[in-house]
Amino acid sequence: MSCAPLSVDGLCFTYPGEHHRALDGFGLQVAAGERVAVLGPNGSGKTTFVMHLNGLHQLQQGAITIGDLEMCDDNLAEIRRRVGAVFQDADDQLFMPSVRADVAFGPANLGVPKAERDAIVERALTQVGAMDLIDRTPHHLSGGEKRRVAIATVLAMDPHMLVLDEPTSGLDPFGRRELADLLVSLPQTQLVVTHDLPFALQICPRSVVVSGGRVVADGPTAEVLADTALLEENRLELPYGFDPSRV
Amino acid sequence: MGGGHGSSVDRLHLAGDTIIHRLAPHVKIVATFAFVISVAISPRQRVEVFAVAFACVLTLIMVARIPLRVWLARCAVILPFMTMAVLVPFVGGGEQTEVLGVSLSTDGLWAAFNIAAKALIGASASIVLAATTPVTGLLEGFARLRVPRVLISIVAFMIRYLDLLVAQLGRMRTAMVARAHDPRWLWQAKPIASSAGALFVRSYERGERVHQAMLARGYTGVMPDLVEQSRPRSDWWAAIVVPAPVVAVLVLGLL
Repeated sequence: MSCAPLSVDGLCFTYPGEHHRALDGFGLQVAAGERVAVLGPNGSGKTTFVMHLNGLHQLQQGAITIGDLEMCDDNLAEIRRRVGAVFQDADDQLFMPSVRADVAFGPANLGVPKAERDAIVERALTQVGAMDLIDRTPHHLSGGEKRRVAIATVLAMDPHMLVLDEPTSGLDPFGRRELADLLVSLPQTQLVVTHDLPFALQICPRSVVVSGGRVVADGPTAEVLADTALLEENRLELPYGFDPSRV
Repeated sequence: MGGGHGSSVDRLHLAGDTIIHRLAPHVKIVATFAFVISVAISPRQRVEVFAVAFACVLTLIMVARIPLRVWLARCAVILPFMTMAVLVPFVGGGEQTEVLGVSLSTDGLWAAFNIAAKALIGASASIVLAATTPVTGLLEGFARLRVPRVLISIVAFMIRYLDLLVAQLGRMRTAMVARAHDPRWLWQAKPIASSAGALFVRSYERGERVHQAMLARGYTGVMPDLVEQSRPRSDWWAAIVVPAPVVAVLVLGLL
């Protein structure tokens, strides 16, 4: 298992049929093994950015480099292996009839032979503490279980980098704490896209604020969250009574 | 992968450990198919064939330990056909027979018997298959029988998302009822029609998101072959034993 740095430069993107730029000069440098929170209001371009990291949107302008690989059609398959994207709705991510088949889906697409696949599936599920769910059907799992299995489905592809879109949405406080423990235990470079500011503070030493399709602030999470003017400007709000300086 | 859990598709499976439960799914599918076909092609006057087939089905139900109550309740799916069957002797032409003072068409009576017997036996055989095989087992079985992978994927996706769809429909209905929608007449059906449209759009969008999630994990347009090869048992004897009595009686009568 290894981790890779990420470099994004001048990314611009307009959805077909629209004039408004969803991404407008988005730039971000992340060192290998770093865990960075991506904060921003709805419609600021966070999800569009996530889609780019996996080559799910065609690059219109700008450049993305993951490790030593530049994003282009020829490298797409390898980039999708290296970047594990965990989407917001786990029901979108778990589409096979059983947890085992779902975790095996990625490795099977990569051409891993059946004999080795079982070991990979078991290792990924053990890593997220979900080995006991292996023969269950995804729609019978709880929200927290689904999230962990969704993370296992990308870990099975041995990614160098994880991108998580709103990982705490729909989780109860206990599930949220378990997720924090899990993410901190994983060695990969991580981008955590979230509205959940305390969660960002808990697990990410560094945060960037995205607004209008570009990064408008970048710094240690505690400092970013202490800047009330910045938060207000970008429709970000700490929960009532939460004081980041006293955590 | 037991039954229960409130999922609509897994509810058909009754967990158990009988010899029928343990048979390989693909063998069970072939056995059921062969049995149903041999019943379906039997001429309607060959009452003894149907008697033997019915006895076979009852035996399977006993061996699989399917409660008779469950079997009868699930047989309710053939009620519409039964209604049809009851009507035929009254409207049929040709030779007439007197039954309890009512003049009925002889040909119609035979047709009614034909429909009723074949529907009951066929449905019962399918009930045995569904009750003793989990859904994933059935998918595995069809894959092993070389049913095209794309068809199996379509069924698997339908099963995976059916419950989400039903739950979504339930929430939309609750939302309508909560705002005092209480349809009693046909002209009040408009909200139902538009909610069906909304459901379609939502499902379509989910389909898009699922496709993106698949692409993100290296999907290239061909579903990988994920059939578990854990049970390379050959239970093929079952595919011969199950339809054998029916075929034997059928053939003996032709000699």
